[in-house]
Amino acid sequence: MSQVEKPTVIPLKHPRESLLREERLPHIWCSGCGIGTALNCFIGALEKSGLPWDKVAIVSGIGCAGRAAGYIKLDSFHTTHGRAIPFATGLRLANPELKVVIFSGDGDLIAIGGNHFIHAARRNIDMTVICVNNFNYGMTGGQVGPTTPAMAKTTTSPYGNSEHPFNLPYLAAASGAVYVARWTTLHVRRLERSLTEALLKEGFSFVEVISPCPTYFDRMNRLGEGLDMMKSYQESSEIVHGFDPRKADIDLRGKIIVGKFIDIEKPTYLDFQKEIQARVEGEPS
Amino acid sequence: MKYWRKPLDVERIKVPRGRVYVIEERCKGCNFCIEFCPVGVLAASEGFNAKGYHPPYPQNEEACTNCGLCEVICPEFAIYSLPRDGKEEEPHE
Repeated sequence: MSQVEKPTVIPLKHPRESLLREERLPHIWCSGCGIGTALNCFIGALEKSGLPWDKVAIVSGIGCAGRAAGYIKLDSFHTTHGRAIPFATGLRLANPELKVVIFSGDGDLIAIGGNHFIHAARRNIDMTVICVNNFNYGMTGGQVGPTTPAMAKTTTSPYGNSEHPFNLPYLAAASGAVYVARWTTLHVRRLERSLTEALLKEGFSFVEVISPCPTYFDRMNRLGEGLDMMKSYQESSEIVHGFDPRKADIDLRGKIIVGKFIDIEKPTYLDFQKEIQARVEGEPS
Repeated sequence: MKYWRKPLDVERIKVPRGRVYVIEERCKGCNFCIEFCPVGVLAASEGFNAKGYHPPYPQNEEACTNCGLCEVICPEFAIYSLPRDGKEEEPHE
């Protein structure tokens, strides 16, 4: 028994610290928040993908999930609100060797940056977008957002939200993304594998991560702590690969369909650029 | 581990053994690791860390199979497991 307490004495080094700015830890995320788990899975996926770390850049916007760029020890940039994708587009086109990853939240990517999101997917720019969806604007105080389920309570919809939410996999698939998946923070192993696939995919790949928000969304809707939400995912989520994203809506307390929805091949923006360049220079394309 | 019928490959299969390490000062007491550990190694400790949370401790470390689920589910990068010195052990009755 005396051996049990021993390990805390020796200096502990977390295996993922090689990719973390450990001097910035502990991070700002609340107890029970799932963004840390999503970041943990993402770091695992980066290690598994075998990408050279000096050729990976992380871009994020504003919000709780947007802080992730500050915690990863890679080239990273924390952009203005909603402009993670335009910045990443420029980065990708200026340096075609770079693997650009966007790690941000639903408020940043879908609300303020919604148009950038659909147009980057339409152009099929080679980037990986990880959207941590906690159904509200967490950092600014839990306001209603475009992913808040109908009838859900938030600080700015205290009697219930009268809007329909965006169905993110459907939005991404309809806009032209070549890889679309959705997981919750409970599905850590599957999320890690899915993120690895998304990182290695040519084209616009999109992974939605459903995360608890115990401080605002879950508290306003009496859904309990982060742990209660994780347990509820165990019951309410259903894994259906290749599911039609049109039907993958999320209702408050309803079923969450997770899985890999879309995985297709399509020429990217840079493929077309190369072809046009070859044609202009008079070479057979 | 108890079996209702002895598996055919029970002599061949080795169960990896792990040891859990907790960076107590990082823990924010979300209890994900305690709840989702598949073999129930962890429990919340009586004591507090500097932030006032109860970090987990390995109450049943012999059962740890070094699966690493606590490591990947922890949002705080506060827990991990490594192979135990004895490396591998056979499953016991």
